[in-house]
Amino acid sequence: MPDSPIAVAHPRPELKHHFADMAQQREASSLGMWLFLATEIMFFGGMFCAYLIYRLWYFPEFAAASNSLDITLGTVNTAVLICSSLTVVLAVRAAQIGRRQAQVIYLALTLVLGLAFLGIKAVEWTSKFKEHHIPGPTFHFEGTVPNHPGQPVDQQHAQIFFSLYFAMTGMHALHMIIGVGIFSYLLYYAWKGRYTPEYHTPLENSGLYWHFVDIVWIYLFPLLYLIDRKK
Amino acid sequence: MSELSEHVVSPKTNVAVWLVLLVLTGVTTSIAFIDLGPLNTIVALVIATCKALLVVLVFMHVKYASDKLVKVVVISAVFFLLLLLGLSLADYSTRML
Repeated sequence: MPDSPIAVAHPRPELKHHFADMAQQREASSLGMWLFLATEIMFFGGMFCAYLIYRLWYFPEFAAASNSLDITLGTVNTAVLICSSLTVVLAVRAAQIGRRQAQVIYLALTLVLGLAFLGIKAVEWTSKFKEHHIPGPTFHFEGTVPNHPGQPVDQQHAQIFFSLYFAMTGMHALHMIIGVGIFSYLLYYAWKGRYTPEYHTPLENSGLYWHFVDIVWIYLFPLLYLIDRKK
Repeated sequence: MSELSEHVVSPKTNVAVWLVLLVLTGVTTSIAFIDLGPLNTIVALVIATCKALLVVLVFMHVKYASDKLVKVVVISAVFFLLLLLGLSLADYSTRML
């Protein structure tokens, strides 16, 4: 009702009518975002649980298959994601203190870093494809059991590692692709000057999402790449 | 309560957390090449958890959250995740198959 006294009395167009003030609206949306992230934790949690059980059962194959991953690219990608988390934090801060130009710069940097992560991931997947490490009829893993030279690993068990590897990094990459989409949207509206110190909830909540995806990778990296690197 | 009561983290804190995260990434990769026996996995997971805590508390502003409900959601989500992982492993790691 545009002519109701309540609607007229509202000083801010961003404040929805069912909230008392901006602080309450912000807290409510933040709580909602955290509830969504709680469901995301359980979503990835199921895959982590499957990973842990199979790693317990087939440790020698998991160790051998893990050693075939490119540890340099994995470490670089971890650093890239950590840098993107910093640029997200600085973009949110720029909105909090009302600096439009800084917001645009940091959001653009976040996009560049997010795409760099996906590019490096694509390079890694391509080499796995060429090595026939993709689970399926043409799967072949030539590794040997660590500490037992000459003893070939069980192909089925190695295939389970790579199935989990592609499921987990694939789901993570899907989240990154969605994140890049969200941040392109944010970049456009930040450039238009929509996010102010009073109202920047989309930026804040998308930041929470981006950091969550970063945390998933923080666990994926040691669990997938660093199982048994010791000499 | 002012509408601008939101906590703004200083760039210094953000950059310090970022540097610690990068250093811990380097540390976890280097330590993986040293033979610590079963401790290798534990050290890697402890470092990952420290990094995750830094991100959650500082970057995700949970440390500064005025809303206690957010903290309840974060803690209960982690609790149920640990319940899932802990009870599953308590079963599978003690089976004599």
